[in-house]
Formats: sequence, structure tokens, C-alpha cells
Amino acid sequence: MMNNIFKGKLFGLVVPLIAIGFGFLAGAVIMLISGNNPINGYVALVQGVFGDTYYFGETLQRMTPLIFSGLAVAFAFRTGLLNIGVEGQLIVGWFVSVLVGITIEAPMIIHLPLAILAGALAGALWGFVPGVLKARFQVHEVIVTIMMNYIAMHVVNHFIRNYMLESGQRTAFINDTASLSSDYLSTLTNFSRLHWGFLIAIAACVVMWFILWKTKKGFELRSVGYNKHASSYAGMSVNMNIILSMSVSGAFAGAGGAMVGLGTYNYANILPSFTNLGFDGIAVALLGSSTSIGIFLSAFLFGGLKEGANNMQGQAGVAPELVEIIIALIIFFVASSYLIRWIYSRVQSNKEGK
Amino acid sequence: MEYVIEMNNIRKEFPGIVANDNITLQVKQGEIHALLGENGAGKSTLMNVLFGLYQPEKGEIKVRGKKVDVTDPNVANNLGIGMVHQHFMLVQNFTVTENIILGSEPTNKGTIDHRKAAKDVADISDQYGLRVDPKAKIEEISVGMQQRVEILKTLYRGADILIFDEPTAALTPQEIKELIQIMKNLIKEGKSIILITHKLKEIMQVCDRCTVIRRGKGIGTVNVADSTENSLAEMMVGREVSFEVEKGAAKPKDNVLSIKDLHVEDARGVSVVNGLNLDIRAGEIVGVAGVDGNGQTELIEAVTGLRQAKSGTINVSGQDVTSFKPRKVTEAGVGHIPQDRHKHGLVLEFTVGENILLQTYYQQPFTKNGVLNYPKMYEKARKLIEEYDVRTPNEKTLARSLSGGNQQKAIIAREVDRSPDLLIAAQPTRGLDVGAIEFIHKKLIEERDKGRAVMLVSLELDEVLNVSDRIAVIYEGEIVAIVDADKTDEKELGLLMAGGKREEGEPI
Repeated sequence: MMNNIFKGKLFGLVVPLIAIGFGFLAGAVIMLISGNNPINGYVALVQGVFGDTYYFGETLQRMTPLIFSGLAVAFAFRTGLLNIGVEGQLIVGWFVSVLVGITIEAPMIIHLPLAILAGALAGALWGFVPGVLKARFQVHEVIVTIMMNYIAMHVVNHFIRNYMLESGQRTAFINDTASLSSDYLSTLTNFSRLHWGFLIAIAACVVMWFILWKTKKGFELRSVGYNKHASSYAGMSVNMNIILSMSVSGAFAGAGGAMVGLGTYNYANILPSFTNLGFDGIAVALLGSSTSIGIFLSAFLFGGLKEGANNMQGQAGVAPELVEIIIALIIFFVASSYLIRWIYSRVQSNKEGK
Repeated sequence: MEYVIEMNNIRKEFPGIVANDNITLQVKQGEIHALLGENGAGKSTLMNVLFGLYQPEKGEIKVRGKKVDVTDPNVANNLGIGMVHQHFMLVQNFTVTENIILGSEPTNKGTIDHRKAAKDVADISDQYGLRVDPKAKIEEISVGMQQRVEILKTLYRGADILIFDEPTAALTPQEIKELIQIMKNLIKEGKSIILITHKLKEIMQVCDRCTVIRRGKGIGTVNVADSTENSLAEMMVGREVSFEVEKGAAKPKDNVLSIKDLHVEDARGVSVVNGLNLDIRAGEIVGVAGVDGNGQTELIEAVTGLRQAKSGTINVSGQDVTSFKPRKVTEAGVGHIPQDRHKHGLVLEFTVGENILLQTYYQQPFTKNGVLNYPKMYEKARKLIEEYDVRTPNEKTLARSLSGGNQQKAIIAREVDRSPDLLIAAQPTRGLDVGAIEFIHKKLIEERDKGRAVMLVSLELDEVLNVSDRIAVIYEGEIVAIVDADKTDEKELGLLMAGGKREEGEPI
């Protein structure tokens, strides 16, 4: 029975779960060492997510961009590409969607989709460039996307600082017709910042699943990701698929930025450093094994951890950095799924030995 | 004259197979001794016994007249035996000098003495005329120079008996000339050489004596001066073909494939197909026979659109496909069973069904408005799995988990079902068991009888002789002869494949 769990499809589910378990276990040890009661700490963490509808709403709000950045990383990964540039793609998406939200006057039915689309397009452009460089000149996408992150942040900061600064470090608020903010969702969750973007994120999960598993293009993208040689033998254009994959990945990231700009904040601001929303997408995609449903669940976990960390500090006096450590450990254990498999096989053979 | 190496009555068994059966190899001091045999005849096993990688069940090894026990490669090294491997064992991003000294670095108080290393390497390379650029990285230098580095490695370790394992397989003709000169220099400096090969021309050019093995048995040792390419070929192959394939006479019709003056370069930019001409008619199987690396791969890649031809034309069913991309070639009526089924033939992480649809997934009814119709796809896959007897739990099993023979059947199902005018089968039975081989040969003949043109590229002479109607011999990127399969034999083909000419007066 147990044997079957570690073979085939189920193993994809078991590894993340074990990794999460180990991550929390290690976090408990760290709390003990640092003189905190881990039970109190984790109770505070759980209450910090589910204890109040406000917390829960904020958790959903936090996970919204994480879903998008997770989808972005996963989409490129399915084509065999490592898009480390989700952070930058998200930043330009945020900025451009806010720009459209501020400068254009139109009824909501046009304005809102236009602003989101503009953000997605900006992200797509930011992904297109490394895609072309990879396809045409074999420049490794990891290098280019890392650099594009810095370009994104500093270019966006430049524009805001010099042309759009309203008060302090931010732009003006976007027009209401471009806003994703929802009084309904907000009041439902005790005035959290939960916005319609959450539903769009769920739709995006479905969109990615549909593209990858149900369309002709998705078939080609996955084929190229698995085996370039067989794909070109079968008449697919490897280069075109690389460019397309990076662009779509960037579009997901850009749309994620639009969610933040049009939903959570309703403005863009000068970024003193990276938002990390994009980088966290790598962890989300990894834990979610690059599947839509997995990404949704792991975005909820990471969003919840980050939201609950506030309460952990207030209620149990545990430093919020601990949550970052737990996240890092979970990723570590997911990445060492081989280790889990190995430990399991050792245990198994010991049993048989007896 | 004293023998520098004597391997007497060597017997080496593997489970269920006798790889070396009573083989004797005696190498004289200062000679180049060829070890000739077909693929799988037992040449490598014999050399691995000499090099200490295998222990023989019977027989003795004498080096310079003294009986020795070669228990591992270090013993062989200490006896002055060095091996130049066919696949180079070099660290790509190390320099030439670093590679040569690797494992026996000269040290000075615990650090590597780079000055001494450089001087030693320069000395050896001057002495034997082995031109290398000592500071260049391996990844930056030509294959020929990489091979010279391999030779220097053995010399640096003090070898004076060198084994060359198929050294010309990866070289250009110019590099081969240089290598032959190097081997002659080595002999002049008092070394002895064992040359493992199946290229008759090279043996005639450089070797003094030649030991032939066939199917694990020693056939004999001859003086090259007293032999001809013909006589060596007969010794190497010399047997009646037993594995006959049942087939009727071909009824060829019009030309389907017509290649004119084709030139193709390989990935390194070396011209490997040089003015090749070939016609294949509907209703016949043309076997392309040749030693590996004579341009077969690039020929297939050019025809199927995977590689752009330098010049010349390729015509399929009256359509000029020379500059077509793979998909256009496929749609022009070409089916292709690729020689590397894991690299080109299959996406191993896809299901068997998806792989069977790999060439047609984008067509109606499998795709409509850009959306795949999986039920239709799997329905089609199920049909083909049944028809072609692909043994798989179901169509949703990953291709990776199938056996080689069933993977190949899935590919054949995909390629043959499209009813291509031209079917290219490259090494279609490599690594398969007898049952699968029979199935595949039968399918190829069936396709022929349906009026398709079949091009069979194979390194197995048996296969080419048994399945083909006509045989085109490829040598150094040209078709050097076209013979009727029933009017030739392995001996003649072996000779032609090695670049030999037909005797005068023989019918073409």
C-alpha cells in the first residue's frame, strides 16, 4: 500500500505535504531554541489566518499576486525555461496598469479590462525580450531575466519620480473606473483589502490549465519543454515556442502586477527594493509542482504564512522572520524530494531486512 | 623477432555469450598491428582484457616476453600500455596541458609545478610531432587536436604500446591523414601500436600485420603486404547469411525521391555530404549502406528538413523540398523513423497516445480552433496501438515506460499510418530483439508492396542485404555504388563501404 504512494502520480502530492510538515517541524525547533513556545506560536499563526474574517480577507488578498507569479514561473517552466524575471514583469505590469488607470477616462466596462490588459502586455513585453534573446542568440534566459528585473524597477521608479509623483513616494490614485477594489468583498471580510482580483486569479489558474493541457499551442509548449529535438522533428518551431512561452509567462506576471496596482493599492509607488512578489512565485510554482491547482494551494499557504506572521509577533512574540525561515525550509525539503524518496527507501528496506 | 605483446588463447565469457573464444594476438616491437572485425565481433572486449578492465577466463598475457597479470588499468599503465579512446576522456573546460597532466601532475611542495608541466608537454609534443596549443581549452580546439591531446596523455604517462580504438571515426579526411603521419612518427620513435578498426583502407595504408576476429573467434593473422582489401573483407565477414526475410520481387514505378548533387555540412561546419545523387522509386526499398559517420545522418537530416542543405536539390513526388521546414516536408509525404528514438522519435514524458499523434495533433479532427480534442486523439491512438501491436497497458501510459521494441512500434505506427510516399527508416531495428526486428522488416516490405518508396539507412549489413531491393553504398558523403541486393554479398559491400573499388569486369 505505502509503496504505491511513493510511485506514480500520488508522489507529486506526497512530497510537498511531507516538505511542509518538515518545514513546520524545523520551525518549531527554531522557536524552542530561541526561547518561544512553538505551540503558542503556531496557534497564533493559525489564528492570524482564520481567527478573523479580516485576516482571512487579507490572506486572500496576499495570495492573489502570488498565484499570478506562480503561474508565470510554472508556464515558462513547462517549456523548459526558468523565468527569474517574474519580479520585473510584475513591476512593469503594476506600473503600466496604474498609468492607464490614471490617464484614461472611460466607462468601467472598457477601462478596467483595458488597464489589466495593458499590465499584462507590459509584462509580456518584459518576457518577450529574454525570449527572443534566448531563441535567436542562445543567451541564457536566467541571466537576462535577472537583469531585466533591475531595469524594470529603476525605469519604473524613474518615471514615477520624474513625471507622476503625487504625494510622498507614490502616484495619484487611479480612476474608480479602473479599480478592482470591491466594497462588497471588503465589507464581507471586515474591511480588508480583498478585491475582485482574487476571482481573476482563480480564472487565471483555469486559463493556464486550459492553455497547457487543452490547446494545440499548449501541446507544443509542453513538447518543447520535454524534448526540443523530438519537437523540431515533429515540425514544431522550437524558437517560436520559446518566445511565446516567455511572453505568456510575462503576461501572467504583468497581470499579477495589475492586481496589486488596481486592486490592493490603487496606485504605484517608488520601490526602494524589489517587492519579492515575483521571486516568491518561484517558490509557489515549485511547491505547486507547476500545476494550476497546486499553485493555488501553495499561494494560499505562503499568503497565509505571511499574513499570520503578523499575529505571531503580536500574540506569541515570535519574530515574523521565522515565517521566512519556515518558507525557506519548505522549499528546501521540496527541492530535496530525492532525499525524501531515499529516506523512505532506506526505511522500507530496513523493514524488509527484519 | 620478439613480441612486445602476446595474448595467447584468450577466452572471455559474459552471461550467455562468449565474447572472446580462444583468440591469439601477437604484436611485434615497432609495428602497427590492426585488429579487424565487425561491430560486436569482440575487438573491444579483447582490448579491455589487455587494459585490465576485464579478467579473462582462460589464456595468458605476456608483455615483452614476461607473463603478466593485468588486474586493473593501473597495472596496464605501469606496463607502458596506453589507450586512446574512441570517445575522448577530456575535461572540456581545462586547458590542453591541464588535461595531459591530470592524474599525474608534477608537484613542487604540494602545489602543481605548472612550469615543469608546460615544459614536459612541449618536449613530448616536439619529439613526436604532435601539434597542440598547450594553453587552449579543450572546448575551443578541433576534434583532431583533441585526439592528439589523448595521445599525448598516454605518452606523458610513459606508454610505449598504444591502443587506438577506432581513431578515425570522428575525424575529417585531412585529420585522418595527419593521424596516419603521427602513427608513423610514433613507430619511428620506437613505439608499438594496436589499431582497432573496421576500415580496410586505413589498414592497407599504415598497418604491418592484421589480426581478424569474427563473432568472438580469432580467424587469423596476416601480413598486410600479402593481403588485399578483398581478402581482408572476406576474413572479416566470410559467412553465409542465415537471416533471410521473405519477400517477393519489387515492382518499382516512378521516382519518388530524387536527390541531385547534394552538399551538406555537419554541426561543426565540415562538409560531410559531398555531391550526393540518389533516386528512389515507388515500390522499392533502397538500402543505404555505409560505415557510421560517412554522411548518413546529415543526408537524412537534409531530406527531412532538420538540416539546411548547402547546395543541391531534393525532390519528393515532384515537389522541391530542399528548403522546406520539417513540417512542410512531412506534409509533402515523407515519413521518418529516426535513428535515435529517444532523442528525435519520442517525447518520453508524453503518453503513448500523444506520441502517436505527434505528427498529426494539429490537424482536424484532433485540433479544432486551436483546441485539442483528446477523446478523438486517444481514439485514434487506441486504433493504431491495436493495429501495430504496441504492447502498452493503455494509450495514457507514459512512453518512457515502454520497452524499446514497443516504443519503436509506436513510432512506426505514427509514421506509416500517414501513408507517406517516402518512408525513411534510419537504423530501425537498433537494439531490438528478434521478434521486433522481424515485425519491422515485414512492415517495411508491406509499405513497399503498397507502392511506397522506402529508404533504409542501416549500419547492419545483414539488414540492408535482406530487406533492400537495391543497395546504395555511401562513402565519405557520396553514393559510390548502387547494386542490386540479390547480386551482391557482404564481402563486396564491406569492400565498397570501406572505400574500395569493384574489380574490373564485374557487373554493376
